[in-house]
Amino acid sequence: MMMIIVDEVIEHIFDFITSHKDRNSVSLVCKSWYKIERYSRQRVFIGNCYSISPERLIARFPGLKSLTLKGKPHFADFNLVPHDWGGFLDPWIKAFAKNRIGLEELRLKRMVVSDESLELLSKSFVNFKSLILVSCEGFTTDGLAAIAANCRNLRELDLQENEVDDHRGHWLSCFPESCTSLVSLNFACLKGEINLAALERLVARSPNLKSLRLNRSVPLDTLQKLLMRAPQLLDLGTGSYVHDPSSEAYNELKASIQKCKSIRSLSGFLEVAPRCMAAIYPICANLTFLNLSYAAGLHGNALTKLIQHCNKLQRLWILDCIGDKGLGVVASTCKELQELRVFPSDPYGAGNAAVTEEGLVLISAGCPKLNSLLYFCQQMTNAALITVAKNCPNFIRFRLCTLDPTKPDPVTNLPLDEGFGAIVQSCKGLKRLSLSGLLTDQVFLYIGMYAEQLEMLSIAFAGESDKGMLYVLNGCKKLRKLEIRDCPFGNAALLEDVGKYETMRSLWMSSCEVTLGACKTLAEKMPRLKVELINDSDQMEFNLDDDQKVEKMYLYRSVVGHREDAPEFVWIL
Amino acid sequence: MEGRMNYENDLVNLKATELRLGLPGSDEPTEKKMRNNKRSSSEISEESRTSGVTDQAAGVNDEHEESAPPAKAQVVGWPPIRSYRKNCLQAKKNDEVESGSGMYVKVSVDGAPYLRKIDLKVYRSYPQLLKGLENMFKLTIGAYSEREGYNGSDYAPTYEDKDGDWMLVGDVPWE
Repeated sequence: MMMIIVDEVIEHIFDFITSHKDRNSVSLVCKSWYKIERYSRQRVFIGNCYSISPERLIARFPGLKSLTLKGKPHFADFNLVPHDWGGFLDPWIKAFAKNRIGLEELRLKRMVVSDESLELLSKSFVNFKSLILVSCEGFTTDGLAAIAANCRNLRELDLQENEVDDHRGHWLSCFPESCTSLVSLNFACLKGEINLAALERLVARSPNLKSLRLNRSVPLDTLQKLLMRAPQLLDLGTGSYVHDPSSEAYNELKASIQKCKSIRSLSGFLEVAPRCMAAIYPICANLTFLNLSYAAGLHGNALTKLIQHCNKLQRLWILDCIGDKGLGVVASTCKELQELRVFPSDPYGAGNAAVTEEGLVLISAGCPKLNSLLYFCQQMTNAALITVAKNCPNFIRFRLCTLDPTKPDPVTNLPLDEGFGAIVQSCKGLKRLSLSGLLTDQVFLYIGMYAEQLEMLSIAFAGESDKGMLYVLNGCKKLRKLEIRDCPFGNAALLEDVGKYETMRSLWMSSCEVTLGACKTLAEKMPRLKVELINDSDQMEFNLDDDQKVEKMYLYRSVVGHREDAPEFVWIL
Repeated sequence: MEGRMNYENDLVNLKATELRLGLPGSDEPTEKKMRNNKRSSSEISEESRTSGVTDQAAGVNDEHEESAPPAKAQVVGWPPIRSYRKNCLQAKKNDEVESGSGMYVKVSVDGAPYLRKIDLKVYRSYPQLLKGLENMFKLTIGAYSEREGYNGSDYAPTYEDKDGDWMLVGDVPWE
């Protein structure tokens, strides 16, 4: 007897399959499953906005409700990609609006977002609920005003580290009185003043508000009033945290904070008076995430005293002015720590406020659950890395940055090959790795040999020959993103296995030894790869000599033709 | 190549600002928009093409040139932190430089025998500053309005900005 499972049942089963990877796999099983999957798919992730077109997306997934879209390559964060390179949101919104897609959530990273697209977005999708913009640019507070005014069901407006032209308008006042649905509001990255009274009223009429991150213009006494209205907050980002600790306002704040028993995540302190930190102590024991990476005014005892209260912390983002000793305090207090990010407080400075390998070793010894690291340091040694590898075999993300990019081990004067080698050998689940310090081809041999789960690798000022790059391309089977700058890798490495690049999302190479001729060869052999040569934005002319080294090359797989929005300083081969 | 506009760095150089109280209607305030060009390091990348060593790089990240120690040349995009974060740090560094010693500026009033100095850090807003000035010099400045400046008073607070222009106090945001 044959059992037939009808489509509706299969569709229902697919409802439980939520990860993008799994849904992609499911769609490949057979034509029938492909069809069922595509009509029921609501969430789509597009890691490179130029790998597909809006029209193709809509054609395949007409039921799209939630989209994540990433634009510029990662190195754009560090000014390596000229302004106007691309990554425009506009065509996507226009296409969605035209085809009446029921868009509800949009998450963007490194995209260029104009006020016009925000306005179109706000008017085109009745059920639009959530807008998250990370590291985007191109819009002003006028665009935010449109979102506030027109999105009747808005739940989430989350702006993270965007460059926003602040017209100091009344965007916040544009939320109508009828808007009571806000769950998450983050405007910490805005530089201008906001209407404090409007903010208070907005918070007062948002009973579901769980996450609130303020900008620098919101003073401490307003914070107190907001906390009075929203003691149910889970996530708080303070604005300016400055006051006289003997004042009435400060005492009121102390009382209000104590009522906020649900806060698990704390950030902000964009301006801070260290003597006011004591008000925070009562909620520290509940915190699982603490982000002090913009609190430049907090250091020394005030900082360590605060951390000593935070014994349940799982994620900590701080500035390197905490010092190695301060990291020791973290190590002895935060036994549950999984993620640590230490940012430079003085990136170009003489190195007074910095951490070294000592701090990292202390952390690794005290925090065995550590699995994610971003560490900007003055120096690093092989011995330290080997110790860290032994203490913490669970790293998924390991990003190390020595402030001097080619600094050797200061004790032995050797390259850091052995240290990073130990990390990749010990951490079998490592997915993301960033290297720095003096490095030869040897480290890449280790990476190719041991980093079996590696998906993203960032290399700068490292290696000696093409062999280095080849070790990686041949060894790392799961590699998706490779970004390389200022390394002596050239044509032989680039062209050895051109098919590899179709298994990856993208490859970035800048200031390497790759020539125009090799790029042309690559583009000819692989029509589904887009090979972009990028000049500086004021240089429209490309040197046509095949032997000329290419300054910046960005290649990515794509199922559509060349993008048509490329500026003149970009040449797509 | 675009010129470097180092607005935030110039805030550190306080000698550029001198507060003078003069009679209203002196100079027509001309507003100049200073845009900190956060994107201009692409112009440097040609020079910074290195064979891997920091010190060879002729290019300098223009936002931080004046505050970096002279011995160390800088590489574009290193250390790898987001522009947004870099800009925040720079702004804060400027704040911190001032917070230690106070932010004193000279104030002169037409007809007064000698100049005074005030610490701008003590004030959090323009109204507070004007009140302080009124107390110090025993005069009335009156209310600021965007359209009319300081209407209805004998005195208008002006300052000389780093371009040498006389500006009316209160047009630009307090920060």
